[in-house]
Amino acid sequence: MEEFFNFSVITDNFTHFMIGRFPHGPLGGVGLTLYLAVVSCVLSFFGGMILGLLSISRFPVIRYPALAFINLVRGMPLLMVIFWMYFLLPALFGKVAENNTVIMALTLFTSAYMSRIVVAGIEGIPKGQTEAAISTGLTSWQAMLYIVLPQGLRNMIPSFVNQFVSLIKDTSLAFIVGVSELTHVATQINNRTMAFPTEIFVFIAIVYFILCYAFTSLSRWLEQRLAWRGTV
Amino acid sequence: MITFSGVHKWFKQLHVLNDINLHVTPGEVLVVCGPSGSGKSTLIRTINQLEPINQGSLVVDGMDLSDKKIDINKLRAEVGFVFQQFNLYPHLSVIGNITLAPIKIRNTPKKEAEEQAMQLLTRVGLAEKRDAYPSQLSGGQQQRVAIARGLAMRPKIMLFDEPTSALDPEMIGEVLQVMQDLAKTGITMVVVTHEMGFAREVADRVVFMADGVILEEAAPEDFFLRPQHERSRQFLRQLLTPMQAECS
Repeated sequence: MEEFFNFSVITDNFTHFMIGRFPHGPLGGVGLTLYLAVVSCVLSFFGGMILGLLSISRFPVIRYPALAFINLVRGMPLLMVIFWMYFLLPALFGKVAENNTVIMALTLFTSAYMSRIVVAGIEGIPKGQTEAAISTGLTSWQAMLYIVLPQGLRNMIPSFVNQFVSLIKDTSLAFIVGVSELTHVATQINNRTMAFPTEIFVFIAIVYFILCYAFTSLSRWLEQRLAWRGTV
Repeated sequence: MITFSGVHKWFKQLHVLNDINLHVTPGEVLVVCGPSGSGKSTLIRTINQLEPINQGSLVVDGMDLSDKKIDINKLRAEVGFVFQQFNLYPHLSVIGNITLAPIKIRNTPKKEAEEQAMQLLTRVGLAEKRDAYPSQLSGGQQQRVAIARGLAMRPKIMLFDEPTSALDPEMIGEVLQVMQDLAKTGITMVVVTHEMGFAREVADRVVFMADGVILEEAAPEDFFLRPQHERSRQFLRQLLTPMQAECS
């Protein structure tokens, strides 16, 4: 009987899967997937924080545009946001690398979701904490920065992790605009070899799983480190 | 130091403060009491504008709170506030709770702020708890730390909103003791409390409120021995002999 699975297609193309044509060409494969995920992750952390804070601003001129933006982005499929950025950014700023249009799309999309997590985290902190802080003379902004956010952030971590795991997997959509991340590399190799689609797509599924699992483990460690003593 | 003139406040339809006229002189210890829902907490919270007033004028330490141009944060730094639920910051140690405001607002160097905090902690009898976290302290200890935190900005006025109501009976004494010592230092104090023993011994004046109105304003001995108003008599009867009042 012939071998049911032939994973030699993986071992033969292993470096291509991992880093694309790097260092002779642009970074690709798992390396690019990680790059897209990490950069978008960091940017959307700040993006979500800023959007979240804007959306609960005291001033309607700030609050309503922020809310409108959040609702607009949340009401669109990610794939559309990616296309949108892919065509819009070059029209606005001239030549923009595909990688950056994808990072921008992922950041905007994830920031919109993150902002709601931030708002929920802030609203979960008892009002007495803010009252105590402003009673000592801190401005409401200082109360947010030193009292509410440090406590709220800790409660936001599980939801953040959820969102970031989604983000890691969503980088695979970058393949649609020709960015050579893992899924794109996999389809390329599949098209070239023709005979091993099962092996290839089982392999990249495992790789995505490992990436996401590593990330959740990392954040569990972070959560424990951020726990302050004796918290109930 | 604090002057209410014709102050009104509404929560939607509810008239919580109805034509409040009250003057607190520097160094005075004023106790505010009354049945729950009488507006006494709202009254004390208007003094540092945790609750804004809707009508009338309120002048605190020379600043008119109805004036939009005053720096409310600066006023609040001059007024310490102690809450019923302590509201200590759970993510900061005891010393961190006390030094945060002086460091961030007055730019006091950390070391100096900590030295001052230690003096305050010694005063409330908790010097050895400097590195503990709020959740490791008893209710009474937490409230004493909260008082130290309120004093850290060296305020001219201290406000207490039912500081002992959330405490177990055996911890009330230690907090009242700290407040009594504080009263002797000559700081202006407004205290919302049901602790009539404290009112009798420490207060210069007692104000009795019901339904958003100040019904009675008297020296403690007069208030306790010769209450003028039927509502105050009823209130005192219930406080002093709760069981009998309920049975009769």
